[in-house]
Order: sequence, then structure tokens, then C-alpha cells
Amino acid sequence: MGNTSKEFDIRLHVLVPKHEVLPKEEAREVLERYKVAPHQLPLIKSTDPAAKAIGAKHGDIIKITRNSPTAGKAIAYRYVIER
Amino acid sequence: MMRIPKLIDRMDFSLMSPDEIRRVSVTKIITADTYDEDGYPIERGLMDSRLGVIDPGLRCRTCGARSGSCPGHFGHIELARPVVHVGYADTIHNCLRATCRKCGRISLPEPKLDDYRERIREMMAAGRKWWGVAHEVIRSASSVGKCPHCGEEKVKLKFEKPTAFVEGKNRLSPSDIRERLERITNDDALLLGINPKIARPEWTVLTALPVPPVTVRPSITLESGVRSEDDLTHKLVDIIRINQRLSENIGTGAPHLIVEDLWELLQYHVTTYFDNGVSGVPPARHRSGRILRTLAQRLRGKEGRFRGNLSGKRVDFSARTVISPDPNISINEIGVPEHIAKTLTIPVRVTEHNLEEVRNLIRRGPDIYPGANCMTSPDGKRYDLRYADREDLAKTVEPGFVVERHLTDGDILLFNRQPSLHRMSIMAHLAKILPGRTFRLNLSVCPPYNADFDGDEMNVHVPQSEEAQAEARILMGVQEQIISPRFGGPIIGGIQDHITGAYLLTRKGTRLTREQAQQLLAAVGLFVALPKPAVREGGAGYWTGKQIFSMLLPKGLNLTFKAKICENCTRCKKEECPIDAYVVIRDGQLIHGVIDARSYKALERCEVLDRIVKDYGTTIAREFLDRTTKLSIAAAVMLGFTTGIDDEDIPPEAKERIEEVLEEAGARVNKLIEVYNAGELEPLPGRSLRETLEMRIMGVLAESRDRAGGIAEKYLGLDNHAVIMARTGARGSMLNLTQMAACVGQQSVRGERLSRGYKGRALPHFKPGELGAEARGFVESNYKDGLKPLEFFFHAMGGREGLVDTAVRTAQSGYMQRRLINALQDLRVEYDNTVRDGRGAVVQFMYGEDGVDPARSDNGKAVNVEKIIERTIGG
Repeated sequence: MGNTSKEFDIRLHVLVPKHEVLPKEEAREVLERYKVAPHQLPLIKSTDPAAKAIGAKHGDIIKITRNSPTAGKAIAYRYVIER
Repeated sequence: MMRIPKLIDRMDFSLMSPDEIRRVSVTKIITADTYDEDGYPIERGLMDSRLGVIDPGLRCRTCGARSGSCPGHFGHIELARPVVHVGYADTIHNCLRATCRKCGRISLPEPKLDDYRERIREMMAAGRKWWGVAHEVIRSASSVGKCPHCGEEKVKLKFEKPTAFVEGKNRLSPSDIRERLERITNDDALLLGINPKIARPEWTVLTALPVPPVTVRPSITLESGVRSEDDLTHKLVDIIRINQRLSENIGTGAPHLIVEDLWELLQYHVTTYFDNGVSGVPPARHRSGRILRTLAQRLRGKEGRFRGNLSGKRVDFSARTVISPDPNISINEIGVPEHIAKTLTIPVRVTEHNLEEVRNLIRRGPDIYPGANCMTSPDGKRYDLRYADREDLAKTVEPGFVVERHLTDGDILLFNRQPSLHRMSIMAHLAKILPGRTFRLNLSVCPPYNADFDGDEMNVHVPQSEEAQAEARILMGVQEQIISPRFGGPIIGGIQDHITGAYLLTRKGTRLTREQAQQLLAAVGLFVALPKPAVREGGAGYWTGKQIFSMLLPKGLNLTFKAKICENCTRCKKEECPIDAYVVIRDGQLIHGVIDARSYKALERCEVLDRIVKDYGTTIAREFLDRTTKLSIAAAVMLGFTTGIDDEDIPPEAKERIEEVLEEAGARVNKLIEVYNAGELEPLPGRSLRETLEMRIMGVLAESRDRAGGIAEKYLGLDNHAVIMARTGARGSMLNLTQMAACVGQQSVRGERLSRGYKGRALPHFKPGELGAEARGFVESNYKDGLKPLEFFFHAMGGREGLVDTAVRTAQSGYMQRRLINALQDLRVEYDNTVRDGRGAVVQFMYGEDGVDPARSDNGKAVNVEKIIERTIGG
């Protein structure tokens, strides 16, 4: 969304882990599972290149799947804030 | 249980309004005097008895309590003219430059302000700080030239530190400032970072000054009967004097200039009253010339209220003395001098079960060792056993009393050595009362404390409550800390002689007679029958060291690994290893291989100890360690072990060959320099010619040092004691030995050959620009024969770098650790395996991403599948 065809898509870079916007339903489940308010999650700015690349907006929750030396795959969630 | 009179629901840190200052004040202070001729406090003076009491026997005129229970009460001074509070000068500056001088609104258009307000509201709702937004507002508003609300031109405002503001050419008086701040609306104040619900901008300019209670600034009476006042009182006296003169001069209509001068003086006194260390203001001094310690000085710095009194509290029930080693006590124990044991006490509640025992303790009193120092009856009366009739007291004791008895064997103690860098710096030990004046500790616990015995001192703390004792025992016990959470391996284990001894005992060829074998077992304290002797000869049986060592291994232990002495041959001969480096343990029997650092040395990959802790539990591991160390020491003593400089002797032919190698290297270096000078040197990719030359030379010299070392090593075999220590990992390295025997090698600073000192050379004995091996710090001598004078200086230059590095590193890492601890102190792993901070916000969704505690993992994994398969199938 955020990138035009000629721009480099940072999602393809090896060092950028997989980001995806959670659907509202799943986002609520995440908050329920960890029993937290959105602001108690780690934050990410909506201007963050990775957030922009997937078109995340204020209030969304991003799911980040990254490779982990200890666990193989690790999942983290971030709450998108403005600016 | 004590009734809770009030529950704190919330706290706000804010400014005090002048009204609030007056409201909490019990009296207005008008005279600068403290006491009258009779020594009584003067009414409405700085020591007014309504401000609280400090003299014993008197009652407070406000609350009626005596000194000690009266908390003290604030008074206040009405300032004749307002003054700026130094601590808020920056806030005032921000408010002034962001607002219009005429209408008092923030110099930004309304829609923009609304936008900011919305952001702040959101952040407040989320419980976050909005200072970032406030700074943005201030920054953008202060660069606006014309007020968008009333059109007024902005006049350049200059902040003259610490308390003056100049607008254009006019100096703003605190009254002017206050007037302007009053004009700021509540809505705008919020945008400037001030929450109008708890503070108003104009409160940063004082019109009334709170006078702290006398309990905050107690006067002290010297032996001569002269009263000496606290620094704060002195400062308040100054303030009141000037304030009085100022109001008199205003009242009599004195010239403007005089009033201004006095006003400025009042500002000075109030400023130094708050902070006597503001730059640009000469510090207020005592009559003697000493700089006064006012409010900010009380809080600030290492000995200030925060670092000195709140973060750093002093404790009771603690002791400190020099430490010394004791290989005969368990790692769990600590030797406590009797003198300390008689001073530190543990409270015991008397019951019908321990009544007789306690009575005996009371009879023995404070001076005869297992005794008691003090007792408390159920109604709270305390009896000091030093001065009472103890026989009498022993009879009156009954269940319900609490007796403070001496420390005895088996009491739990917390043992600590500074700097407490990790959690193993404080561990729980069991007391063992010993004669002497030092704390005794087992040598295996030196690594976690990083202790040695060159004069180190350590502290002991005595947990008093049953709860604290239980907690210490279960969570902090030494044996629970064998595995370090830092790298998941043992941090407590064998050290130095423990390793050598075990190697001597378990290596091939060690043969023990019945007497010897039994003596070793006796040293360990193991009184069991010997196994069948491995060798029979001439009617007598002989035991191998491996057999004896095996007696300490738990049954069912199976391990196969390579020992530290392993030479990493290209093809491992396994069981047939010529140096016995292939270790095989089957069902708790050491079948092949030697025990060395790889098996149980602290801070290494110690296969055996690690396995025992993880498979058999900490108690068995502790027993194993206690016994192995004793066995090793006994074995080293029995078999004999020593080292001296003749261990570094190598035969003359070896010396010759080393000389040849070094000579050839010198020639090769000279050749390289020639090629370089001829401009024929091929540069390496990404390097200049000079760099290439340096790298080539360094390479040649490093290789020659290694070759020289290699030659020496051929003559240093495993029959050499120094080599045994190096190869088994007990102490020292082969590099150390070859430096002693063959060649010290290149000295360096910052990874480069030595070149600085003189112009173009390191020492004046060389030609400028000389690049040869010896001109740039190559030491071809060895430590044993001694260095040549020039080499000696080169060596000192290289050695200096190491010293500087350690000094710098400790300072830097100490500061880094402080910052990290501050940032991470509230983090904890919750029951759902998330890591959360003090607010409950998530930091990690799964501890370490895999939820595994490294101290309880197997090489970082929760389960070691191979081990399990081996145990189920291969067993």
C-alpha cells in the first residue's frame, strides 16, 4: 500500500521480520490472552517503515514473526501509535 | 494487627499555591531572632514553639506531642515582593517565550492548539507523559513572530541565568513575570506541560515562602552551652532580615533604586536558600567561610538524601571481616569467628518444647559462647542479660517469651562480597562457629564472589524472621547457585589444585597401595569398603586412581566426552587415546580418561559436575564437589606436586633451533622492508602499502613466535608439572609457558607494533623510520633468560596498555551496569511466561522467546533429546 512499484520494498529485506496487521477479531483475542490494554503492548509508530509498508494505522495491532536463536520462531505484537 | 488509619490512593507531585502555603502554615514568621536571653523560643520567630519541638521534655504548641513524636509543622514568610523560584526558572522561561506578552495565549493558531490538545488528552488517557508534546508546542510557539490571537509583535526575550529575564531592553521584575503567567489560561497551561488541575504557572513565582519545621533544621547545643543553628535557619534569618528591610523601604516610599537593590538581594537569598550551587550565583557562606548546605545540597549527590539515605540504608545484624580459606568445610558453610557469633543474635520464641534449652542459654548469658544476649517478655518488656540476675530470669522465662540467642552451627546467614555484580554475590551459607578472627569459606565458592585471600573482606547478614530464613535456605543456598543463569553452566566447581590433583590421581599409571587408597578415602570422609583391586602383584593388591575417583561418582552416571588435555587429533583413537584424553564413565565408574578442567572446573564446560547437578540434584552435586575437592587435594599431597623455574628449562639444541627460527624471521622482515622500499610490495585489497607491510611483518613475527613456542613445547611434556597445570586447565596456559621458555613475542599497543614515543621511532636507540623487528617492539628473549634492556621498555609499554584497559573497562562497565539495573529493575517473568515491567506492560511475550530458564536448561535447551534416547535405549 505505502510503496509504489519503483520504491524498494523493505519487506523483502532479510533483516526485516514479517509484519502483518491483525484483523480486529484477532487483535481483541491477543489483548484478551495477555490481559492487557493496547498501550501496555510494545509500541510502534505508524510512520515506522515496516508499519508503513503494510499500511498499518493508528489503533491497529501488528503481529511480528521473527526468527529466534532460542526458539526458532518468535511472535511479538505491537500496538500502532500515531507519529 | 495495626489498624490502617488511612489508605493512600494516589500521589501527585505538584507546586504549592501561595494559599496552600498559608493554609498549612501554623504561624507567620516575622522576626529573624531565634531565642531570647533566657533561651526560650521567640514567638513568631524562626524557632517558634508552634513549629514543633526538638528539646526533650517540651510539648509542641500545635499538636501537643513531645519531641520525637511531633512531626513538626510548617510556618511561612510573607514576601514583601514576589521572587522567582530558581528550580522553575526554566519552566518560567518556556512559558514566557511560548506565550504572547499582551494576551497571554500560546502563539499558535487555534486549530493547531486543538490538535495538540487532542494528542495530550489521548496520552493522558493512556497514562503516558506528554512532555514530548509540550516541548514541541514550546519550540514551535517560541519561533512565531506575531501573536495569531491578538496580532501583537513578539519582543525578543532573553533568559539571564539563573533568575533574570530581559525583554528587549527592559528587565522583567518577578511581579511582571507573575502577572504574565497569571494570564495563561488553564487550557494553554496544559499544552505547556503544566497540569492546571494540580499546579498553575504563576505559582513558580513565590509570594509566600514556607518555613520548614524546626525538626528539619534542628539546632545543636555544644558542650559550652552555645547554641549552633542549622544552615537552613541561617539562610532563613537572612531572608527575613532582607524581607523586613524591603517592606520598610517600600512603606516609607524610598527611592526606586534602593527598593530594586533590596529586591534583588531578596531574590539572591531565596535562590541560595533553595540551591546554593547555582552557577552564576556566588554561594552563600557561613561566617567562618564555609559554604552553606541548603535544600538542594541536602538531596543531591552521593551523600544526599536519595543516594545516601534512601537507596543506601544501614542495617543491623550484620558483620564484616577479612576472609580466609578453609578446604575442610562444605561449600554450603561459612566459618564465623566466635566473637561475631556472640554479637549477632537470632530471636527464638520460647515454647514448652524448647523451654529447658532456652533456660540454659539464658543462664550462660552474653559472654559464655552458646548463650543469649537479650530477652523480651510477651508484654514487650526487654531484659538485658548483661546486667540482670540470669539465674532469676531463667526461672521466670515461660512460653511466649522471645530470647535473642547467639549464632550457632547450622544457622542460615547471607554472605556477600562487593561489588555485588550478579545474584551469586549474595548467597546463603550455614554458620559454623570456629576459633579465629576471620570468615572462613570453601575455595570452590571463590569464583561466584570473585574472592581471593589477599586481604578481601566480606559481609554477613543474619535473617531474623522464620520466613526470611526459610526463603534464604530455599532460594539463596549456595548449592542452589551451582549453575549460573549467565551461561547455564557451573560457576561453583573445582579450581586450581583441585584440577591438578584429580588429574594426578586419575591419569594412567597411578597405582595406590591399600594404605594409600584408604588414606585418600579417609581424607574425603568416606569410610566404606574398597572395591576389588585392579592389579595384583606379589600377593598385594593395588588400586588405580580411577577406581578411587569412581567411588565419588553417583551410580548410574553415564558420560562420554573429551578431556581438556585432548590434542584434537585428526582421527580420534577414542579408548586407545595415548594421553588418556577420551573420558568414558559407565554406571558411575570412570573407565577411561582423566579428570581435568573439562570435568568439573568452575566457569568451564564441566561435563561431570553439570550432569550431576542436572540429573541428581543440588544436594548430591554439593556432596560430590565437597568430596572431589578434598580427594584431589589429598591426592596431590600424596603423589607430590610442585613447580619451579626449572620446569621451563629446555635443552641447548632447542635453544639453538629457536634462535635460528627467530634469526630467519628477522631476515624475512628485513627482506619485506627492502621490497617495500623498492616499491615492489603488492598491496593487500583495501590496504595501503604501509598497512600491507605492517600486516605482513606482524604475520611473519607472529608465526616465528609460534614456531619458537612449538619447538619449546616439544620438550615440555605431560611429565612436566607446569605443563600439567596448563594442559589440564588448572592454571596458566601453554602460551604463558612458551613465553617463559622460548620467546615473548611482539609487544603491541592498540593492536599495532610500537611506534610512538619519539619522532618516527619508539625509543631513541633507533633511526627515525626504522621498521625492523627489534625497532618496533619484538621481544625475542624469553622471560626465563631475561629481556634485553630495550626489550624491557617495549614490554613495559605493552604491559601498560593492559593496565589502562582494565581500569577504563571497570569504570565504564560499572556505569553501564548501573544504568541497566535502573532500567530493568522492575522487570519480572509472570505466570503466563511474559516479561513485564512495573506497570504491567509487556516487554517480551515469552521469556527469552523460548521460555527457558538457562540455569535449569541443558545447554540452553529445555530438553536434551539425545541424552534421553541414550539413557532409554543405550542404558
